[in-house]
Amino acid sequence: MTGFVDAFTVLAVGSGAIFFLAGTLGLLRFPDTLSRLHALSKADNLGLGLIVIGLLPHATSVSAGLKLACVWLLAQLSAATASQLIAGVARNRRPRA
Amino acid sequence: MNALLDVVLVAGLLALALHVARARDDQGAIVGFIAFGFLLGLGWVRLASIDVALTEAAIGGGVTGLLLLRVEAHTRDSSAPDRTARPITIAAAAVLCIAVTAGLAFVILNLPSPPPTQAPAAAAALDATGLENPVTAVLLAYRALDTLLEKVVLILALVGVWSLAPDHLWGGAPELRPAVVPEPLSYLARVLPPFGVLIAVYMFWVGADAPGGTFQAGTILAAMWLLVMLAGLRAAPDTRRVTLRLLLIVGPAVFLAVGFLGFAMAGGFLAYPAGAAKPIILGIEAALTLSIAVTLGMLVSGPSKRAPTS
Repeated sequence: MTGFVDAFTVLAVGSGAIFFLAGTLGLLRFPDTLSRLHALSKADNLGLGLIVIGLLPHATSVSAGLKLACVWLLAQLSAATASQLIAGVARNRRPRA
Repeated sequence: MNALLDVVLVAGLLALALHVARARDDQGAIVGFIAFGFLLGLGWVRLASIDVALTEAAIGGGVTGLLLLRVEAHTRDSSAPDRTARPITIAAAAVLCIAVTAGLAFVILNLPSPPPTQAPAAAAALDATGLENPVTAVLLAYRALDTLLEKVVLILALVGVWSLAPDHLWGGAPELRPAVVPEPLSYLARVLPPFGVLIAVYMFWVGADAPGGTFQAGTILAAMWLLVMLAGLRAAPDTRRVTLRLLLIVGPAVFLAVGFLGFAMAGGFLAYPAGAAKPIILGIEAALTLSIAVTLGMLVSGPSKRAPTS
């Protein structure tokens, strides 16, 4: 049973790490601000979400698991807001450029 | 594996520090400095100092970064004709920084091994305080005087910021709200504060037994308040309001009062009577958390920008 759980954790955390890697690559290589933001928020939302899901079976208590989920939700909220704000600034700047 | 992580962390810190020092525009340097604060927080986690890590991320990265960004925006508007430092100044700063770093490195590398430590004594006396977090015991029991002075310094800093206001605006409110509030910001300012306040209360409460405490909790409360003011949901208060000023000093005042009561109850300044240490410490911490939150919020808000109402 623990073997299954560990395999699940490795799979989920590994996929999360791949999303972060892809997001970082996109941030460095994509041509314009909006695509770079897209890459960044994908890494934040999906990558962090997968890592949290992978760690959930290892949480020592229900409250620890809830805290993990809260970390993901709060990070998602702040990442989404920051992306919207940056995108708004980028859109306002474009006509002048 | 862990050694690899540490090497990457240290390399990242050094690279960021170089970037901050070399950045051509002030804004870029400040953003680098904020990232440096968060990365340094991770470094403290690696050193098993969670309390320091939380404070570094909240104060070093968060509040200081926001403060610097606001100062940068302020000085950019009314820019002095020549703000670039002369080469001689830069060279002097570099020499001084290198001297400080070299001095610190020399001292640390020359510590006897194992270094002298009070840690066993601090851990042994922990039972008398009723606390379980040794860091909180150091801050509010063993070295309470340092903590008290630290809080007074914060208020002095705020007096310094306030005194930048011109005479006719003295006592008025600072202005935080931008001309146009972006929709996502006002959404966040409506959704986040309930969670933020909950996390701050948790941070304060858990500080007695686990990493956390007044400074971290106060910073989170201040962040929530600043978010509400930045989104224009609530205006910043007049700096001459009595309630505001009472909130600013309630923490240090309670701390001082307990300190003097110590003469009567336990035979010394800031001495706690045996057995009642924990409730007294929690009371001081609650008052301090409130004062820190208001002080940090007003510090970031800056000097008055509007004439006092009424």
